[in-house]
Amino acid sequence: MSLSGDDLARVAKLARLGLTTEEKEATATQLNGILALIDRMQAVDTDSVEPLAHPLELTQVLRADEVTEHNQRDHYQRVAPHAQDGLYLVPRVVE
Amino acid sequence: MYEAVIGLEVHVQLNTASKIFSGSSTTFGSEPNTQASLVDLGMPGVLPVPNARAFEMAVKFGLAIHAEIGTTSVFDRKNYFYPDLPKGYQISQFDLPIVGRGEVDITLENGDTKRIGVTRAHLEEDAGKSIHDAYDGMTGIDLNRAGTPLLEIVSEPELRSAKEAVAYLRVIHSIIRYLDISDGNMAEGSMRCDCNVSIRPEGSTALGTRTEIKNVNSFRFVEKAINTEINRQIEILEDGGRIIQETRLYDPDRDETRSMRSKEEANDYRYFPDPDLLPVVIDEDFIQACRDTLPELPAARKARYIERYGITEYDAGVLVADRDIADYFSAVAEQSGEGKLAANWVMGSVMAELNQRSQSIHDCPVTTEHLSDLIGRIKDQTLNSKTAKIVFDALLANEGSVDDIIEARGLVQVTDTGAIEAIVDSVMTENPEQVENYRQAPGDKQGKMLGFFVGQVMKKSGGKANPQAVNEILRSKLNA
Repeated sequence: MSLSGDDLARVAKLARLGLTTEEKEATATQLNGILALIDRMQAVDTDSVEPLAHPLELTQVLRADEVTEHNQRDHYQRVAPHAQDGLYLVPRVVE
Repeated sequence: MYEAVIGLEVHVQLNTASKIFSGSSTTFGSEPNTQASLVDLGMPGVLPVPNARAFEMAVKFGLAIHAEIGTTSVFDRKNYFYPDLPKGYQISQFDLPIVGRGEVDITLENGDTKRIGVTRAHLEEDAGKSIHDAYDGMTGIDLNRAGTPLLEIVSEPELRSAKEAVAYLRVIHSIIRYLDISDGNMAEGSMRCDCNVSIRPEGSTALGTRTEIKNVNSFRFVEKAINTEINRQIEILEDGGRIIQETRLYDPDRDETRSMRSKEEANDYRYFPDPDLLPVVIDEDFIQACRDTLPELPAARKARYIERYGITEYDAGVLVADRDIADYFSAVAEQSGEGKLAANWVMGSVMAELNQRSQSIHDCPVTTEHLSDLIGRIKDQTLNSKTAKIVFDALLANEGSVDDIIEARGLVQVTDTGAIEAIVDSVMTENPEQVENYRQAPGDKQGKMLGFFVGQVMKKSGGKANPQAVNEILRSKLNA
């Protein structure tokens, strides 16, 4: 399969990427290359293969339920473009 | 005629001390962003580490609803952009949730039991909160809630009315409270409900197009929102229209649901396994340890109360719904040895008072000792139903022990026949006309007329006369 211009526009929108016309062409070429690779992989018979959730054959370590972090708000907010009354301020989001 | 098809997605905030993927505190109501660590802020280069306690709680819930436990569960990224989700994705579970297929029983209005399938329950992280309108042209973001563990419980679309949906939600609420895995406070958002609603012609097995009502925050609103949405859909179909699959919001002030157009387009979450997290493997020992700490659950407790205290199924159902009230009731029933009286007092006076004050049973000034003493005094005929209510009200006002109140207010029931006879005599002397009327009246009218005299005697005795004795004495004297 290959991506149409609409597919690309939709994926770019979902990823919040604003692409110029040249970037669109380049991105479409790259993504179609990846899709071609996936097409080749799809051809392999995987019926007897367990789905893989992670390439490392390890299992997750869990931590104990303990509060180990303390308040460093002022420190963290120093890198925020806008903060006020302890809140991070972002361009208005309308529901 | 149409039939409604309803499924609920219930989000329960688990009451762990720390967040699901970070060591930040989950305390509610702290200063904004004082409980938001680098992981919660979605800073680059940080790694989430799952909280073992959240898994214990999820497994306990799974065991309580007789579900399959996912011995291997996997975290996935659910991708969408919103500023209260700084990573651009929510860590959730998609293909392999911690809790698989289970079931709960609900009691219908006619008393029948209906089994509702639970499709799955999975662990995920909560988002932060947005504060609109307070900052000129900007939105304020508080990430204290970001990363609070959530258990999302998804039902099968097997509910057929708003009432069934509420009954199901109450059972889920009751289970999480018994397990003590969440405070279940809907007003504070620790339990939230999304309702998937569609309708179809009665008898049809095909599913209609559904809408999803997001974030309904009380039992009452769940019922109203679903009924409102069912009616809206019926109207559309009746007018020859078509239901659009969409997300809607319930507005309790106007009792209507509204489309949330902004979210429609984004409904493509592109789930994929989170590479930051390995599969979580739960072994049989872990599950057994959870099983060993399961408390007695509402259904089992209900059966026990019916058996042990001889109360009705309905009463038992009401009493066990809230674990704290159930504990209170059983303490009173055990101490007083009077299950039925205990049930009547707890369901009547105690619960009515709590509802009126919007208080929990922990704040009730009438302790279980008070109430069982009170019941003891009814049993030994010191109090009748009227004086018992006076004592109960005095207990609510913290006027001391039951016996202190009886003494201070002179409420000992008069069972002494001589004393009651004297009052009856004086009432008859003061009301010669009524006495004459009574004596002239046919037998079937006298019963009603007797009430007047009983009332007068009780009033004269300050409510303290034993009503049975008063009735007997009055009858014999009037008919003399």
